[in-house]
Amino acid sequence: MDSSIYREQIIDLYEHPLNYGALDPHDFSYEEDNPLCGDVIRIDVRLDEDNRVADVKWSGDGCAISQASASLLTEEIKGMTLEEVRAFPKERLLELVGVPLSMVRVKCALLSLKVLKAGAYGLPDASELHGDL
Amino acid sequence: MLNVERIRQDFPILQTEVYPGVPLIFLDSAASSQRPNAVIEAMDEYYRSEHANVHRGIYRLSEEATNAYEDARARIARFINAPGSYQVIYVRNTTEAINLVAYSWAHANVGPGDEILLTEMEHHSNLVPWQLIAAQTGAKLRFVPFKPDGTLDLEKLPQLLTRRTKLFSFTAVSNVFGTINPVRELVDAAHAVGALALVDAAQAAPHMPVDVQAWDCDFLAFSGHKMCGPTGIGILYGKREILEAMPPFMGGGDMILRVRLESSDWNELPWKFEAGTPAIAEAVGLGVAVDYLSAIGMDAIHAHEAFITGYALEALSEVPGLTIIGPSAAQKGGVAAFTLAGTHPHDVAELLDKRGIAVRAGHHCAMPLHKKLGLTATTRASFYLHTTTAEIDQLAEGLNHVREVFRL
Repeated sequence: MDSSIYREQIIDLYEHPLNYGALDPHDFSYEEDNPLCGDVIRIDVRLDEDNRVADVKWSGDGCAISQASASLLTEEIKGMTLEEVRAFPKERLLELVGVPLSMVRVKCALLSLKVLKAGAYGLPDASELHGDL
Repeated sequence: MLNVERIRQDFPILQTEVYPGVPLIFLDSAASSQRPNAVIEAMDEYYRSEHANVHRGIYRLSEEATNAYEDARARIARFINAPGSYQVIYVRNTTEAINLVAYSWAHANVGPGDEILLTEMEHHSNLVPWQLIAAQTGAKLRFVPFKPDGTLDLEKLPQLLTRRTKLFSFTAVSNVFGTINPVRELVDAAHAVGALALVDAAQAAPHMPVDVQAWDCDFLAFSGHKMCGPTGIGILYGKREILEAMPPFMGGGDMILRVRLESSDWNELPWKFEAGTPAIAEAVGLGVAVDYLSAIGMDAIHAHEAFITGYALEALSEVPGLTIIGPSAAQKGGVAAFTLAGTHPHDVAELLDKRGIAVRAGHHCAMPLHKKLGLTATTRASFYLHTTTAEIDQLAEGLNHVREVFRL
């Protein structure tokens, strides 16, 4: 059977993540895990004077899908305004990940976006975002 | 030795393909087993021609349904060597059995300053009910630690089991390590300080002979769906005098003898604990499942799994970067939970699935166990009476494929 969800780019990003690390100081930072599988992602964002993403770093631990998604997402939001980040559509991230995912794995792919939005909205608890990603 | 090829013919799902041309290799029986034709057909037949509510009707059909329901209970009682059928209470699953003891027995017998002893290798179903009880009663939870090899540190037992201990609740077989615990020794240790002993047999009853009299346990809990039976049916066994002294867990029909507006008289055992219309077809199915297992022989099933587990530990140890957690084959039930360096268990499970291999990835409802090992998740293959060495070879080959995909 094919292993198409593990296309080369996903494995590349798993081995060599983009924007990996931490930002200090930062304008917002958020961390959340998926208790089902133990994947955890933290994202730090620094904004410029126009409220655009000047720099972003992420760190975490988890499966290839969740980790590759974090690289792709952080790469994509550079230069976006805070409002654009808050409105970032989940469909766009799934498109960036670019492989067919089962329901369970969609959660892996969207963990980074959940973390990013919880940080961007300044929420104390990302569970408030359920259904509103 | 088991005639595994013949046994496999009994399980219709083992004849199916996961993807076109990719047959199912089912290595997740520890989560929920598959069931043989005999069980499926018995439940089907029950619904087609025998169903009516139990313990109520005067008519023939209701009497037949009641007989089927109670006859299954008698067979399950024999399966665990319970002195009487009235000690076998139908519940939904192991979780409900443990909750029944927690809410009925513990609420009546545990108070501030008392202790409930558990182990660090418990499934969440034998942790969370006691956390709730501790919060509600002021009792304290204590834990027997496990050693790096996944066996219990029994040297710690004397300081953990004291006169304050009211209950020692532990698993007979770990669902992650596969560790087979010395049940009788642990029960005796509990009794020596005047505590009761509850044995979580969810991973034992499907795989080895279980004898509640030989173990001398006060309670025993297990699930039908892990032992070739249906979902939605499980068993709580208890010693007679303890069950008789316990208040009901749930109120409703069937658990009463006489109901007045302000009060009621409880039914006798086991019905005192079976409120409402029960899972009748599921009880019938479980009765057939224990007959099926008994006909093959629990000793033979255990021996087959020990052979497969030994074979698997050897085959998996040849996969570079693979680490199995838990004890050596001699002390292990049919479970192999492992990590594969450079890969995440979810990726491992997904790639194995493409080859038709069903394994579990995650914490297997044992988060504290994984946390102590510094792991968030493992991949778990578990074996049953239908598992073949060829399937284990496929698993090892699949894991080598995972390494290739991850360029390891």
